[in-house]
Amino acid sequence: MSSVPPPDDFERRLIIATQAGLPLVPRPYDALAEQLGVDAERVKAQLAAMLQGGRIRRIGAVPNHYALGYTANGMSVWDVDDARIGELGEAVGRFDFVTHCYERPRALPDWPYNLFAMVHGHDRNTVLAHVEEIATLLGAACRARDVLFSSAILKKTGLRIGGDG
Amino acid sequence: MNAPASAPSRRPPPAVLDELDRRIINALQGGFPISDEPYREIAAQLGTTEADLLARLQRLLDQRVLTRFGPMFQIERLGGRFVLAALAVPEERFDEVAAAVNALPEVAHNYRREHHLNMWFVLATETPDGIAAATARIEAATGLPVFAFPKLREFFVDMRLKA
Repeated sequence: MSSVPPPDDFERRLIIATQAGLPLVPRPYDALAEQLGVDAERVKAQLAAMLQGGRIRRIGAVPNHYALGYTANGMSVWDVDDARIGELGEAVGRFDFVTHCYERPRALPDWPYNLFAMVHGHDRNTVLAHVEEIATLLGAACRARDVLFSSAILKKTGLRIGGDG
Repeated sequence: MNAPASAPSRRPPPAVLDELDRRIINALQGGFPISDEPYREIAAQLGTTEADLLARLQRLLDQRVLTRFGPMFQIERLGGRFVLAALAVPEERFDEVAAAVNALPEVAHNYRREHHLNMWFVLATETPDGIAAATARIEAATGLPVFAFPKLREFFVDMRLKA
């Protein structure tokens, strides 16, 4: 990942112009084009290329999960056999209640877990039931596990590129 | 349109949404068109007008039912870096340490979690070497060791949730 080139100047200006959100006007790409001093075709082509290349995951809405009633948020963590984590991580990521699933390094002796799967639910019991489904899937390949419920959001801003640009 | 950075623990109550609000939220978590009048297209699919869709989107953002509406950047493909990190904060220092950690612009999210490692945050920087600098500043400001958990492999990421 360290070899990824930084965005070029136009791409960077487009990111800064849209990171707070897409304009809520009937012709949002025209509005961006006017702001950036280019034509709308260039804005649309650049966004399409970024989607195609995976530099934009998607264009859309990010819901606040609390506002939608998903008040329980458990970070489930698992100590999974290194020989099987690739296959099992993919399988855990396919559960529809898992929103993020990553392999991360252990920090021994404090932290034996190498698989992280975020589980959202309408209450804690729902989350715990989902965690049991993951445990069943992992079976004997899992040596230890925990689930860390969030009890407060301390900050949530997302990445900001270019200072206050 | 993102939430303000410095306010402490805020958990909005579940919002009062009508049926069309829910269909809008569910529909807009998919791919939004890159076309001249994308809101008009989506409004037609949902059986409403462009003006109504735009007004509802603005309200959902104002009420923080939506935290954002726009492109979601994959920052690692743009040369940047995200790292999950944690601290074991003594309970009596929790608020002070939260303020010190949140003061860094590199801290994108921060959650209190029920564990010995009780503060979990995401560092997001435009370049990979920004992470080490941010970690060092947090350790200097708090006197606590930062446990960093950079991702080794991403199996799945999709924050879509059904409204």
